[in-house]
Amino acid sequence: MTGGSKPAQLEVRGVTKAFPGCLANDDISFRIEPGEIHALLGENGAGKSTLVKIIYGVLQADQGDLLWEGKPVTIHSPHDAREMGVGLVFQHFSLFETMTVLENIALAMNDVRDMAALRQQVIEVEKTYGLPLDPDRHVYTLSVGERQRIEIVRCLLQNPKLLILDEPTSVLTPQEVEKLFETLRRLADEGCAILYISHKLHEVKALCQKATVLRGGKVVGGCDPREETAKSMAEMMIGQKLTAPDRSGTRKFGDVRLDISDLSLISDEQFGTDLKGIGLKVRGGEIMGVAGVAGNGQNELFQALAGETEIIGTPDCIKIDGDPVAHFGPRRRRRLGAAFVPEERNGHGAVPDMSLSENGFLTAFRRMALSARGLIREVPTRSFADKIIKTFDVRTTGASAEAGSLSGGNLQKFIVGREILQDPGVLVISQPTWGVDAGAASAIHQALLDLAAKGTAVLVISQDLDEIFAICDQVVVMSEGKMSAPRPMADVSVEEIGLLMGGLHDLDGDVTLKTKELIEGDRVGQA
Amino acid sequence: MDWLIPLILTVITASTPLLLASTGELITEKSGVLNLGVEGMMLVGAISGFAVTATSGSAILGILAAIIAGMLMSLIFAFLTLTLMANQVATGLALTIFGVGFSALVGSGFVGFAIEPLPGLHIPLLTDIPLVGEILFGQDFLVYLSIVMVIAVGFFLSRTRGGLILKAVGDSHHSAHAIGYSVIKIRYMATMFGGAMAGLAGAYLSLSYTPMWAENMTAGRGWIALALVVFATWRPGRLLAGAYMFGLISVLQLHAQSAGVHVPSQFMSMLPYLATVIVLVIISSDRAKIRLNAPACIGQAFRPAQ
Repeated sequence: MTGGSKPAQLEVRGVTKAFPGCLANDDISFRIEPGEIHALLGENGAGKSTLVKIIYGVLQADQGDLLWEGKPVTIHSPHDAREMGVGLVFQHFSLFETMTVLENIALAMNDVRDMAALRQQVIEVEKTYGLPLDPDRHVYTLSVGERQRIEIVRCLLQNPKLLILDEPTSVLTPQEVEKLFETLRRLADEGCAILYISHKLHEVKALCQKATVLRGGKVVGGCDPREETAKSMAEMMIGQKLTAPDRSGTRKFGDVRLDISDLSLISDEQFGTDLKGIGLKVRGGEIMGVAGVAGNGQNELFQALAGETEIIGTPDCIKIDGDPVAHFGPRRRRRLGAAFVPEERNGHGAVPDMSLSENGFLTAFRRMALSARGLIREVPTRSFADKIIKTFDVRTTGASAEAGSLSGGNLQKFIVGREILQDPGVLVISQPTWGVDAGAASAIHQALLDLAAKGTAVLVISQDLDEIFAICDQVVVMSEGKMSAPRPMADVSVEEIGLLMGGLHDLDGDVTLKTKELIEGDRVGQA
Repeated sequence: MDWLIPLILTVITASTPLLLASTGELITEKSGVLNLGVEGMMLVGAISGFAVTATSGSAILGILAAIIAGMLMSLIFAFLTLTLMANQVATGLALTIFGVGFSALVGSGFVGFAIEPLPGLHIPLLTDIPLVGEILFGQDFLVYLSIVMVIAVGFFLSRTRGGLILKAVGDSHHSAHAIGYSVIKIRYMATMFGGAMAGLAGAYLSLSYTPMWAENMTAGRGWIALALVVFATWRPGRLLAGAYMFGLISVLQLHAQSAGVHVPSQFMSMLPYLATVIVLVIISSDRAKIRLNAPACIGQAFRPAQ
């Protein structure tokens, strides 16, 4: 604290907010000084987003006060918040795809001014902070990193005194993250308070001077991240000891079970990425990681591998255990022993309105013999679902619960469990722990390692480098629909992967990776 | 050339109700609301306008009544779909069915009434110019209003902050909400504008096009107006051109018959829809194009997330 003379930029005092059936924020208090970079830590569901929405005026607190520069304030709407000097960079971007950069910025400005003047201001801010952006580009043509720049520019234009960033780096390459940090440090030097929300603890350690940790809607502690390790902060977040995935059982790699050769595909999505000459071999017992920034062809690759896109002309470009399958749909590939877990849980991996046992039936009925003469065999179907729930510790009311009623982490455990229990020869899994809390994530990682140990070829598509470093044996990087050559995990650095992720669109200038040593030294704290 | 002037005059009168109704629906759809009740709103507008004009003798009062009636109809729709979050497609269809029945019920006492049609403009000298005088300067004010409105809507959408906000709400309601715009309020206003314009289109039919009341007198024009919005890919300039093209097609059959060309009338009345289907197929093949103009959130209920 800077002593009693100077009031905090923002002080939160006893904020409580209840939703039907859950107390999202329970008597939360903390303060942020001007020029301070303050981390708000917590797992999914710890109440971070609710708190941010209260500060930004999207929600109103049931109890408690917000003090702005020492004076109590009531923030009725985002408009009020912006007027006061609060800027927010959203976790899921609040952008309009079919509009230009300039229009997107204009929409988030409080006062109407003429577009020519605004354009001039935008260009000035971009120059000052080194955030290059063409004001007339349509948003849908931009990369995620560029989209985030729009959000930041539009906050900066309002000369914020408090800038809130909600999970800003989940979609950025390591180089882009470093660039972002430079901007933030500079802002803090100018006296802007920054509230930084993340569960990437090595980043928090590199950037923040103070941290407030939330768990279950309550403040459970505060710390100076510079003096903690990522592991100690992670344990504070989840409230229990964290165990790193056990990789002790040295696996032997067998024959090639998934063989992709010269796979090219024109995407039929409107903003999709074409696959260009992808080649990759995954052996039994091996976990192959596919890294890359979202939107570089990973979705198209998953769909091609899972059979959602059938490649009629060249059946040889995908082989499962030696059988050409590229022209098969998902069902025939599953029959050959492949299993697939897509990124999207609700609606793609599971049918939200159907029960868990029905969802279990949908992909497992053949391999687990859950159907006979066109009828569902009720008893085995139910016991299969019960087995998944028991083996993978899925927290639910039972096998007849609707899939949509489960939390993200629990549903993900169910879906992963459903595929693993079918004992597949090849498993392709996309973003296995996206939005999953640390406890569930480490359970899923362990399950994947155990599966590989039994001789399955596992392909993990992930944007999370920590995850790839934690479980994979080799890694490839996708960029603009192309795939790099596989590299053994042991002799590749985060920096190299980052450069490959950036592909041809690498950022200009000399990028130093200050976070690098931290990432490599402290990878355990992945949450 | 004898046939040309009357043809143009009938095209103008046939196109005006389409243009009025579709201009309103364009704004509604740009905000992300799909109101399929245009036909019903037009009918209720038509009978309200006719009844008030017939009883009060004032066409202005009649037109105001039609606008208000159209807005009330759209308010029912807005309340059901935006506040109670009913399905927009089903509610819109129900609104049309309701409008058909309700207008017939109210209108049963007005069948056979006659009123003075809306007076046309008459500017000495200008209106008397041979050939073009009557076309350009001899119409009633609703015709001019329809053109002014579509231009105003085009200006609103492309040049004003209000238009930008409206498009933003239709493009991504969650983003708009997160930035702090009131999605529901904006959609209410856009829906009511659509209702007002549909009511006005109805009034044009019962006060000017055929100054009388007949059950179901819109005869599918509400549906054509809906098709027109898609046909125009949500762009006001194309909407104006499309309205006149559809107007031309709909009167062509009469003129074709009088000219001795025998085309089945069913074929001609099918043409606007056929044209829409063809345009849809063409623009769907270029998804980037439709993506840039079509409101991405159309027809989706908005529930603010916690």
